Amino acid sequence: MASLPPIDLPRGATGAGAFDALAEGGENNVLFGFLLRLGDDSLILGQRLSEWTGHAPSVEVDLSLANIALDLVGQATHFLNHAGEVEGKGRDGDALAFRRDVLDFRNCWLVEQPNGDFAQTMARQLLFSGWQKLLFQALLGSRDATVAAVAEKAVKEVTYHEELAAEWVIRLGDGTEESRRRMQDGLEWMWRFVPELFDMDPLAAFVAEHGLGADLAALRPAWDRRVRSVIEQATLRVPADQRPILGGRRGHHSEHLGHLLCTMQFLPRTYPDATW
Amino acid sequence: MVAAGKARVDSPPLTLPFDGGGKGGGGVNAGRRVSGDSTPPQPLPIKGRGLEPIWAVLESVPDPEIPVLSIVDLGIVRAVEAERVVLTPTYTGCPATQVIERDVRAALDAAGYRRVRIETALSPAWTTDWITPVGRAKLHAYGIAPPTAPGQGTPECPRCGSAHTDEISRFGSTPCKSLWRCLDCAEPFDLFKCH
Repeated sequence: MASLPPIDLPRGATGAGAFDALAEGGENNVLFGFLLRLGDDSLILGQRLSEWTGHAPSVEVDLSLANIALDLVGQATHFLNHAGEVEGKGRDGDALAFRRDVLDFRNCWLVEQPNGDFAQTMARQLLFSGWQKLLFQALLGSRDATVAAVAEKAVKEVTYHEELAAEWVIRLGDGTEESRRRMQDGLEWMWRFVPELFDMDPLAAFVAEHGLGADLAALRPAWDRRVRSVIEQATLRVPADQRPILGGRRGHHSEHLGHLLCTMQFLPRTYPDATW
Repeated sequence: MVAAGKARVDSPPLTLPFDGGGKGGGGVNAGRRVSGDSTPPQPLPIKGRGLEPIWAVLESVPDPEIPVLSIVDLGIVRAVEAERVVLTPTYTGCPATQVIERDVRAALDAAGYRRVRIETALSPAWTTDWITPVGRAKLHAYGIAPPTAPGQGTPECPRCGSAHTDEISRFGSTPCKSLWRCLDCAEPFDLFKCH
């Protein structure tokens, strides 16, 4: 197994410990890292959601989840293709999606979590899409023209994702005894992964300062208002804050991500350059 | 799945000049706003002088998902110039995007326009406002309700014309459609989502 990767950080960034070693390459390298975060979040959640295809509670839900997955994979295609161009080593979106190993992924922990039951999936979707919508609204002003253009396109789609998740959280929370219990459990399970979404580590701070990325911490109040209001409408409890789990942005992941990649990457790794 | 070879993002993306700042003068969508987002004023496509033959070629290319519409009806052809055609994809992950690019290439080649290249512009983002009036009429005749603006009430059933309709599913058989049913004639129908 490869050793843990160095984190891609700008020169002069503060931090301590082996994983905060600064990488060579200046702003482009930071932009590459930033684009991986955006692209990997969308790619991994898109892959997760597609696991529901053929298994969802009803055909309408099946269609909805497949559509959301498709939107997310589309976002990932744009972000990762752009990441490949910025990196300048001849890798495209496919190469980045299918030929990186788990330690090189920069997605947050929330998106790699297993689907669990339908309520757990909807809890994850509400927390994530609520955040992604605010993020993309902020990225409309990104100095990187591709990031701004993808955000402009995708923010409309993410609005649908968030509405769908909110409707289900309310319906299940304010539903039967069992749906209510499952919905509360889903939120309790996913809540520990929320702080990572808003974590301003040195890379996030750098891209925000340079007008490329968003000030993530500044998104939290609006996110809290929206998510709390949905949870209240669902007559559920807002989960208590837990010790945050961080690390996805540095390539430290839960064991679930490797298993997801096994499925996602199997074909292109086994039959390199296969086309269809 | 992720990007088959040729689909590329321009970086930085093209910025198209606005041509008149929108569909002026009381078109079907005059003055509407799309679901609280930040859709910019809608530019008309750039026609180019003397390029009608290229437009005619493009009008012969159907949308792969809704073949009753041409890609011109759909409003994704944003500019035609002597040496390039600019397309704007409808949805971020729409699988039809790559098929469309391939079909446009084939149609241009067959008509002798081998030197005309195809470019993709993501911004300004495509919106259902760009579907032409002809396109809306074709959708309706085909049995798909054209997009309705928020606050405009429920869509009319394309079969019996009743506005007594109800949403079954926000997401339909393709990214661009949601599934509805008519409460009068009891038939289900697709609605082209306002986007």
